[in-house]
Amino acid sequence: MRLIREIGNWLDERLQLGAPIRETMQHPIPRDTASWFYVFGSAAMTAFGLQLVTGILLALIYVPSAGEAWNSLQILNHQVSLGWFIRALHGWGSNFMLAIVLVHMVQVFLFGAYKFPRELTWILGVFLLLMTLGMAFTGQVLRFDQDAYWGLGIGASIASRVPIVGPAVVKLMLGGPIIAGATLSRFFTLHVFVIPGSLMLFVGLHVLLVLKVGINEWPMPGRLVRRADYLEKYHTMTRTQGVPFLPYGVWKDAVFSGVILLAIAACALYFGPFGPTGQPDPRVIQTAPRPDFFFLWLYALLSLLPPSLETPVLLIGPVIALIVLLVLPFFSGEGEKSWKRRPIAVLTILLIAVALGTFTNLASHAPWSPVMDAWTGAPIPAKFVSGRTPLQIHGALVFQSKQCHNCHALGEIGGKRGPALDAVAVRLTGDQLVRQVLQGGGNMPAYGKNLNPAETTALVAFLETLHPSGQAAARDAFLRPGEQP
Amino acid sequence: MSDLSRRQMFLKIAALFNGAVGVLLAIPIVRYVLSPVTGAGKSGYESWLSLGSIDQFPSGETRLATYRNPVAQASDGETADIPCWVRHVDNNRFQVFAINCAHLGCPVRWFPQSGLFMCPCHGGAYYSDGSRASGPPERGLFEYPFKILDGKLHIQAGELLTPGPSARVDDKTPDSTRPPCA
Repeated sequence: MRLIREIGNWLDERLQLGAPIRETMQHPIPRDTASWFYVFGSAAMTAFGLQLVTGILLALIYVPSAGEAWNSLQILNHQVSLGWFIRALHGWGSNFMLAIVLVHMVQVFLFGAYKFPRELTWILGVFLLLMTLGMAFTGQVLRFDQDAYWGLGIGASIASRVPIVGPAVVKLMLGGPIIAGATLSRFFTLHVFVIPGSLMLFVGLHVLLVLKVGINEWPMPGRLVRRADYLEKYHTMTRTQGVPFLPYGVWKDAVFSGVILLAIAACALYFGPFGPTGQPDPRVIQTAPRPDFFFLWLYALLSLLPPSLETPVLLIGPVIALIVLLVLPFFSGEGEKSWKRRPIAVLTILLIAVALGTFTNLASHAPWSPVMDAWTGAPIPAKFVSGRTPLQIHGALVFQSKQCHNCHALGEIGGKRGPALDAVAVRLTGDQLVRQVLQGGGNMPAYGKNLNPAETTALVAFLETLHPSGQAAARDAFLRPGEQP
Repeated sequence: MSDLSRRQMFLKIAALFNGAVGVLLAIPIVRYVLSPVTGAGKSGYESWLSLGSIDQFPSGETRLATYRNPVAQASDGETADIPCWVRHVDNNRFQVFAINCAHLGCPVRWFPQSGLFMCPCHGGAYYSDGSRASGPPERGLFEYPFKILDGKLHIQAGELLTPGPSARVDDKTPDSTRPPCA
């Protein structure tokens, strides 16, 4: 024990770090900030620490080469002892880190912590969010599988839409004219050197600012922030009612960080690592690439936007969002901090949360994607074919063989790209069905060239049977009952 | 001139000197970083590549073919072989479509029964001649220019075709109604 103290003293005589560290740890914080609401920042840092450690461990095995990466992930998953667990920790750690960063941001926003004098802390935080998202995207590319390969194509297609410099941005992003070995190398560089390095620098500055400016006090309704007297009031508060950061603030941080680490480990153990999916072989086109969880909302947005709005929203949307986040502390740097008197702030958060949640939920079903194998893999339920005439049965066959089922569901089975056809005969008369099938329209391709008259007749005969038993099929109002057109 | 202001002048000269050295070093560094963009004019980015004998592509049918990235490196692995759809219209008139959907680049699949290309991502669909049928794409499938040399089908390719302004390849492509180049 004495020896340890002597070594400590010897080191500190030279480093002289003991006193400033003690001072930092003992600095007074407002009593009510030693709260469970103030643990998310440190938890995000803990998750980042876990990512650094597991990332270095993965780099021991991972080969950043387009020809080898996928195999090295298989080796990690199946051959290296507990390689799968380190991969799972890294994958789940990434999801947790992003989630905690978002929660931290929401808490900071609702507590008005971005207001004077903590504007710069917020701005650094916005960049930290961008970098965390950047880590998630580049990490998804490093899991060099089918999703990563086609995801790069999607990224390139989005980047190419930037006016004037678009093509140059694409080549810069891919490291050449096409997705290849150089592409993976540069995403490896981004994911392992550039972004983590910047993240560490920004995290350091972010934490330094929290210590220098002081943690945001618990917001009280009616206690307004004014540039003129805020600092004086804050320092009076910490002097008179403050408590030392260690142990008052730290123990809750430590407990929550431990819980988060445990939760990540539990998810890693229970759910295992993410992928990799199929080999990154572009010749294998039987694939439907999906982005990782935190980019699903974007996948939904890109499917649901009208084509004409897509490029403007993709290119201008992020710029506006970034500007709004960056100027927020200057636009509303004073005034009320408490969420109880900031209804618009609360509604904004709710609106964004509901929108992102809805898009994410939609994207996990992806009703806009055709079910590419429904025409061979999903039979028409028996109730739609039993008791039908031979012509109508032939129509059902045409429905399958011409891939109608890929986009149209019958009895909840099949694609949802187009409307379900369970009761189509109630909506459209026979003539209207013929016109719709042959000419298309309303987001449906025209089948005129690919159906012969016999097939069309059979298909429409089948479609005309699709109405509930108690509800008559649609009929042309200009015809007398029983009259044929 | 006092000693202090003398030293300050030296410091300024030192800073200027370092600035000049920095600029000198920055020139090769920036050129290195931008080489994927500036190399675009050089040979290899767009080359005539063989898809094999035209006998593999029966008249009236659309088949998947593969070409090799003209600037392939050893580390590219499987990514060096890139697929495309070849439609033999008739009498050596071809259309060669990029595999990438014109919306966001996902791989489109050909369904001969319904004569449609369908995209699994956002549901874009194209007719057999590559023109847009439905869904989010704003245009038809990208086409590669082609020619026939010694009984082999060649296409001009090597660049990822994206919906941005770079990808107006089919503006210079012969469409199926024009006579073939060879």
